[in-house]
Amino acid sequence: MADVRTDPIHQFGIRKLVDINIDGYDVSFTNSSLFMILTLAAIALVLLWGSSSRAVVPGRAQSVAELSYEFVANTLRNAAGEGGMRFMPLVFSLFMFVLTANIFGMVPYFFTVTSHIIVTAALALLVIFTVTIYGFYKNGTHFLKLFVPSGVPMAIVPLVTLIEIISFLSRPLSLAVRLFANMLAGHITLKVFAGFVVTLTGLGAFGFLGALLPLIMVVALTALEFLVAFLQAYVFTILTCMYLNDALHPGH
Amino acid sequence: MSWFISQANAQQPAAVPAVGGSAPTEATGTTVAHGGGEHGGTFPPFDPSTFPSQLFWLAIVFIALYVMMAKKVIPQIGGIFEARAAKIAGDLVEAEKAKAETDAAIVSYEASLAAARNKANAIAHDTRSRVAHEIDGRRHAAEAQLAAKLSETERHIADVKNIALDHVSTIAVETTEAVVEALVGKVGRDEAAAAVAAVSVGKH
Repeated sequence: MADVRTDPIHQFGIRKLVDINIDGYDVSFTNSSLFMILTLAAIALVLLWGSSSRAVVPGRAQSVAELSYEFVANTLRNAAGEGGMRFMPLVFSLFMFVLTANIFGMVPYFFTVTSHIIVTAALALLVIFTVTIYGFYKNGTHFLKLFVPSGVPMAIVPLVTLIEIISFLSRPLSLAVRLFANMLAGHITLKVFAGFVVTLTGLGAFGFLGALLPLIMVVALTALEFLVAFLQAYVFTILTCMYLNDALHPGH
Repeated sequence: MSWFISQANAQQPAAVPAVGGSAPTEATGTTVAHGGGEHGGTFPPFDPSTFPSQLFWLAIVFIALYVMMAKKVIPQIGGIFEARAAKIAGDLVEAEKAKAETDAAIVSYEASLAAARNKANAIAHDTRSRVAHEIDGRRHAAEAQLAAKLSETERHIADVKNIALDHVSTIAVETTEAVVEALVGKVGRDEAAAAVAAVSVGKH
């Protein structure tokens, strides 16, 4: 376990780069902070610099920026309607942050920001608080209709309401845990198989041949993890959009 | 998972005094820095001592990202789409105008083509009739000339014939004179001529 090369947990370790302490809280600049900032820089590079030429016929970078924008805008518009477009900055920020952080995590030696539950939980709580606060702000108590679906017989309304409340409360949990667990499990699996390769190649000619199988696994899993990286960003985004739709149109 | 959580909770009492202590950076710094290498028994994602730092930097980065999106990226990309839509609409209007111009040009071209064709037909017709007229004139002239020559030739032939006929009568007179002289003796030229004339008159 102590061997850094085969230890699957080592990659999640947080290392301090600059010690910072504010009012007794340890807010040191860590590798996690560094990769958050790199994520921000990458997003700025693609979206701001990429679209800075404002060409009518887009180049490569501008196409990427436009495609990302349209992808998120269409997702948001389809899920939450035209009124949901006011949340475009939030949803676009979430999508780009999660996607870029996930993709960065696929680069060897890079830290995966979204593999820490505190980060995904913070993002999930941001979504849920936005939904709840905006829901009450826009609809007042009418927002509570979310928990009492129309067309349900009176007899089972208490039961349905209870289920709806549990479902609403489990949203941030599922949102946070889904992204965190996917990234964590994927990276551990990759590292475990990669560790097999390292261990087996150390065992001589026979082990060298035996290492081929986990090596093929690592290659296949890497492709899968790229898919998961995108898919989890998309799932996070579309669920955000659907929850925002509840805030905009409660009672369906 | 409950194992991890209990581990994290177990770690908490140790971490909290360290954060609040007089030399907090030193204490937490060691825990966190070595936590990566040796794990110190805590699974990194569930190590609460790293939470303040992660939340702090996530807040800074995400607020910066949100402001960048709201103030710069979305207006910029939205502006690109608007400019593109405007450009396409403008180009369509321009194309429509150009098409109308083309249609007008085609109409005027066809009109002038038709006029030119008519004019060409008229010129051809004029030329044809003029040439025909000229040919007629020349033919008439040639025919008149030929007729004149013909009549002249006929007259000439008649003259020649008359002269020839005159000669015939002279020959006849001389022949008669010679024949009569040979048969009956000398006879006067006038008598022979009279006889010949009488014969030829009687013959005719």
